[in-house]
Parts: sequence; structure tokens; C-alpha cells
Amino acid sequence: MNQSVKVLSLSVAAAVAMFGCGKKEEAPKPAAAPAAPAVTVVKIGHVGPLTGGIAHFGKDNENGVRLALDEINATNPKLGGTPVKFELVAEDDQADPKVGNTVAQKLVDAKVAGVVGHLNSGTSIPASAIYNGAGIPMISGASTNPAFTEQGFKGVFRVVGRDDQQGPAVANYLISTAKPKTAAVIDDATAYGEGLANEVEKSLKAAGVKVLPREKGTDKTVDWKAVLTKIKGKKPDVVFYGGMDATGGPLLKQARELKIGAAFAFGDGGCTDKMAELAGAAAEGLVCSQAGIPVQAAGKQFLDGYRAMFKMDPIIYSPFTYDAAKLLVAAMQKADSADPAKYLPALQAIDYNGATGNVKFDEKGDRKDAEMTIFTMKDSKITPLAIIKSGKSLTLDEYAALGTAGK
Amino acid sequence: MDILLQQIINGLTTGSVYAIVALGYTMVYGVIQLINFAHGEVVMIGAMVAFTVIMAVAGAGLPLPPVVIVLAGVLAAIPVCMAIGYLLERLAYRPLRHAPRLAPLITAIGMSIVLQHLALLVWGRDPLAFPQIMENASFVIGGAAISSVQIGIIVLSVAMMAGLTWFVYRTKFGIAIRATAEDVRIAALMGIDANRVIAATFIIGAALGAVAGVMVGTYYGIAHYTMGFTLGLKAFSAAVLGGIGNLAGAMLGGIVLGLVEALGTGYIGEFTDLCQWPLVGDALAERCAADGHAVLFGSNYQDVFAFLVLILVLVFRPSGLLGERVSERA
Repeated sequence: MNQSVKVLSLSVAAAVAMFGCGKKEEAPKPAAAPAAPAVTVVKIGHVGPLTGGIAHFGKDNENGVRLALDEINATNPKLGGTPVKFELVAEDDQADPKVGNTVAQKLVDAKVAGVVGHLNSGTSIPASAIYNGAGIPMISGASTNPAFTEQGFKGVFRVVGRDDQQGPAVANYLISTAKPKTAAVIDDATAYGEGLANEVEKSLKAAGVKVLPREKGTDKTVDWKAVLTKIKGKKPDVVFYGGMDATGGPLLKQARELKIGAAFAFGDGGCTDKMAELAGAAAEGLVCSQAGIPVQAAGKQFLDGYRAMFKMDPIIYSPFTYDAAKLLVAAMQKADSADPAKYLPALQAIDYNGATGNVKFDEKGDRKDAEMTIFTMKDSKITPLAIIKSGKSLTLDEYAALGTAGK
Repeated sequence: MDILLQQIINGLTTGSVYAIVALGYTMVYGVIQLINFAHGEVVMIGAMVAFTVIMAVAGAGLPLPPVVIVLAGVLAAIPVCMAIGYLLERLAYRPLRHAPRLAPLITAIGMSIVLQHLALLVWGRDPLAFPQIMENASFVIGGAAISSVQIGIIVLSVAMMAGLTWFVYRTKFGIAIRATAEDVRIAALMGIDANRVIAATFIIGAALGAVAGVMVGTYYGIAHYTMGFTLGLKAFSAAVLGGIGNLAGAMLGGIVLGLVEALGTGYIGEFTDLCQWPLVGDALAERCAADGHAVLFGSNYQDVFAFLVLILVLVFRPSGLLGERVSERA
């Protein structure tokens, strides 16, 4: 029902647009016609959840793209000698794989030149087959599940790290600090949450930690008491949750209400300041990871631009979608064409300094030498403890001193 | 043992909330045989309004005890939800009262979407963090922790159920409601204003829903414009489980559903751990030695239990645990 309303309103909008264009052609203003050359519109798609429990992540990602395209349009870009205007086509996949495929097809039909997204691994992976079939490159700024770039698709990229880097990073941090004997692992039964939880479990087991049977909720679960009570009986030293903040916040709060004393660790989906609001005092001391550099370490131009345009702070992965959009355009400018077949080789070979540092892709489409960051919740703010780059652990200041994300 | 007690406490808390929401479904169904699918959304709006008021009052910096602040939220949410309940009935359902039954049902789903998106426009798409002002002191009884919020929820729910029962069975207006439930036309002939009675069932259900919304918000510490959907579905299941149209049934259904969910989630993993089963365990000896467990069904079946129990009850007792009041209507 929802969908049919959308389709209907879209077709009405299309009809209005067509009518408008036709009218313009019939009666051109004689004075304006020779002066301004025609501006070609190049459409860039963005897909993320804009409704539902993690809509704030989706909007944050979309804002990154919006800001990037605004900045590019302000420079009066040209492709193949004609001025172009980059236009954002933003779609909502509701974090649902089925809807994700529908909107992916919609973007293909709208002939977008490239796509930034999707956000959830669970929607990015199935949608990538559709974009690949249509030959449209996609760059995700948030999907961390390894399978995303393991499908052999040429035009699939990501500017964040992978969960087989993130999982070990957070697990190793837990092992070295909490020295656990028993660990409990919970996930939200999504491709992202389960995938990350599997990676963490693998690393914990490899280090000789006993891992309890996996517990699961869904991406909408807010009542974790039954699961937590069961875990409480097993007395784990650490608990890892693979899921988002909207479900992780209640989980952490309820765990402390049940007087579970274990150390808690979350992945990037639960690594936001929102956790402190959702879990209150229970959030203090939470360990969490992000598959990239922390937003504080992103380029100044991005941070200033974002705050000025949206009157809020970036949440987590908007610097990455911002870079993803700029990467698409940079590749187009290098190839001097918005034709995916022409600019794709330029994108594969790109060497670009963006808000998140230097971006190069390997043959799979993964970001080379992606950073991982470990955070802890301190005074209701997620505070970066260590940025892991090329196997080395750096503090935020040390990373800033490298100056890679200066642009 | 302490774990079992803890799961029972968990189940009673969620069960009480289901029961209160289920009453809203069952009252409306009892009178006009309509499943008001927008009821879950009314609960959500209750939580949202309370959130706004609690934030405003807590932000004003007055030296009020937390209970008073939350109470202010409840008192603001109740009239708003009552108004929405009335408007739903007056604008959406009353014009369709004599239409085929499918029409009001589809309208109810439509109203649910409308209310959800209204809330999206007003409160935004972020999950709202309920301010953690209630000092959530946990008491330990027999090894199980029970928080003051949980005690509050259970006590308040029991009080509301008792109050509603008294209202329906001991007051003149309650008699009018029951008469209308039995036969709208005969009741109207006896001088009962059926429109008033039907509107009242919506309003009372919505008021209960508002309180439930605040309970859920303070208990989980989170409110979101989509929260009404699952809660509504579970509460509806509870109402059907107990026997839709039957007040006591809704209460029992809610509690049973809460307990089944908590205990099911808590114990299915242990019952289906293949390592402890004699024959299969030997076959999996290698894996059991390595992991210590080989669980067939885990806690991801949490939401399945509610519906599994519902199906089982409906197979063996199609009219629910306590039965729809068909006998009275016959």
C-alpha cells in the first residue's frame, strides 16, 4: 500500500515535470536562449534507511552526499566541455532488503550515473547485483560485511573497513583489557549484526575464550530482559552485541538493571553518542568500534560544511558518504564523462585525498589500508581510544599529526 | 531458581503492558466487532506526548520529584490519546459503521499508517531517549532483580484492570456498554445512545493505551514512531489468545503471552542444546567438545513464541482461553 502510494505520487510528479518541460520548449524566451548554454544534469543516487529504527543513520549518510554535491556544484563543474549539475536522487530502503532491491531498480530506471550506498550490509549485498547488472558503480560508506565486495562485481566499492578487520580489532581490544574467560555474543539477526558477531566470536575463540551459545534478537527488539537473564546465569566476563544503537541502548540499560557486571562491547552500529541518551548512566565504559576514522578526525572542510548546512554534528559515517560522492565525481572528471563504462576504470585506479584520508581501492573494491577505531563511552560521549592503522595503534592526536585527513 | 524467578518477573512486566493494550482492542471489538489496528499507534502517541512533556518539565529545572514529572507526562498523554481515540471513531469508523466489515478494517490499517507518519513529522525519525530521571533502584528478591519501574508497571496495571472491571460491571454506564455489546439496536431501543457508548469504548481504550505508552517508554528508555506496530500486534494476539471481546480474557492473554515469551526465550536454548540429548549428543561429540554446546533453536525465536502459542490455542480452542462471549449474543 505504502509502495503504491509512492509509485503513484512519483508518476504524478513525472507527469508534471514532463508537462513543464514541454511547455518551456513551446515558448522559449528569446532573450535568455542564446546566453546560457544548456546544463546537463548528472544524477547521483543515494540509498539508506530514512524511515524506521535507524533512520538517523540513513539521514546522516544522505547529508554527507548532499553536502558533497552542493560543494561540487558550486565550482561550476564541466564534463566533456559542457557544464554539468549533479543532482541527488535520495531513496529510502527502510533497512529492508526487499525494499532495497525495489529502490535500486528505481535508481537504475532513473539512469543514475553512480550510487552512494546502501547503508546496511543486508540491503547493499542484494542491491549490488542489480547495479552490477546495469553497469552502475556503487560505493557504500557504511556496509562492512565482507561478503559485499566478495561477489566479484567490478563496480562495487566501499570506503569503510570490513568486519573481518573490525571484528578482530574490537575482540583483541577486549582480550587485552578485560582478559575474559567466558564471553557472550548477541546479534540482531541482520547480515551486518550477525556477520560482525561471527567475526568477533572467531577472534575470541582463537584466543581461547569460551563463547556461550549465540543469543539473538531482531533489528526491532527493545525487550532484551529474557535474553540477558539467560546470559546472567552463565556469568560471562564480556558481552559483545552486533547491532544498531536503537536496539543496543535498551540492551545495555536492561543489562545493568539486571545487575550484569560484565564489560560490554558493540560494533559500529552501536557506536554513537545516542547510546548515552538511550542507556543513561549504564552506557559509561562501553567499548565500541567503528570501521573507519572517528568523525572528529574528519577533514575540517567537511565538519564546518556539515555543521553549517544541517545545524547538527555528523553522527558516524557521513564523512565516508561525503567522500564516496566526491570519489564518483572525481573519477568522472578524470574520465571527462559521466558514462559509467568510461569512468569506472578511473574509479578503480583512483588515488584521492578526502575528508577521511587517502582513498585507494584494491582489486575487490575494498579500501586499501582502512583504519579501525576503538572508542569508549566517557562522560556521555564516545571518545576514541585508539585508531588502528596498518596494524599500528595510534591515539587521536598521533593520527591528526599524520595529517592524512587534512582536506 | 533465581534465573527462573527473574524470567517470571520479566514476563509479568511485559505481560502487564500487553494486557493493558489488549484491553483497548478487546473493548472496541466487543462493542462493534472492529479490530482497531490503529490502537498500537495510539499507544505510541501516548509515549511521544509524555516524552515531550517530561522533557519540558524536567528541563524547566523545578525541584520536583521524578515520580511527579512522569505523572505530568501521563496526565498530558491521556487527554491527547483520548482525543485521538474519539477522532478515530468519529471521523474514520462511524461513517463506515454499516459498510461491509472489510471496509473499516482497511480503514483501521490506513489510520495506523497516517498516525505513524504524523508522529514521524512531529517527533522526527530519531529514536527518542526517554530521560532517565526515575531512579531505577533494583531490589533483589531471592537472587532476582526487580526495579522500581517494574513494580510500578505491575501495580499500576493491576489497579487499572481492577478499575476497568469495576466500571464495566458496577456502574450504569458500564451496563450501557455491555448492553450495546450484546445488541446495538435493542440497546438503542432501550434509550441508550449507542454512538456515545461506542465513542466511550474508544476513549477508554485510548486512555489505557496512553498509560501503557508511558510505561513502555520509561521501562525501555526509548520511544520511536514505529514502536506501536509490534506492540500492537502482540497485544492484539493477547486479546485473541484470551478470547477477543472478553475483558478478563484480554488481561489473562496479556499475562500469559508475556510469561510465555520470557520463559520461552530463556529456556528454549537449553532444551534444544543437542549435546545433552543421549543419541544426538554422541553424534555431535566433536562439536560439543569444542564449543560446549550445539543449540538447535535460540533466542531468535523470541517473537515466534507469542504467535506459536496463539496458533496452538486457536487450534484447540478457537474462541480463545476464556472464550468470546458468543453465548450472550446467541
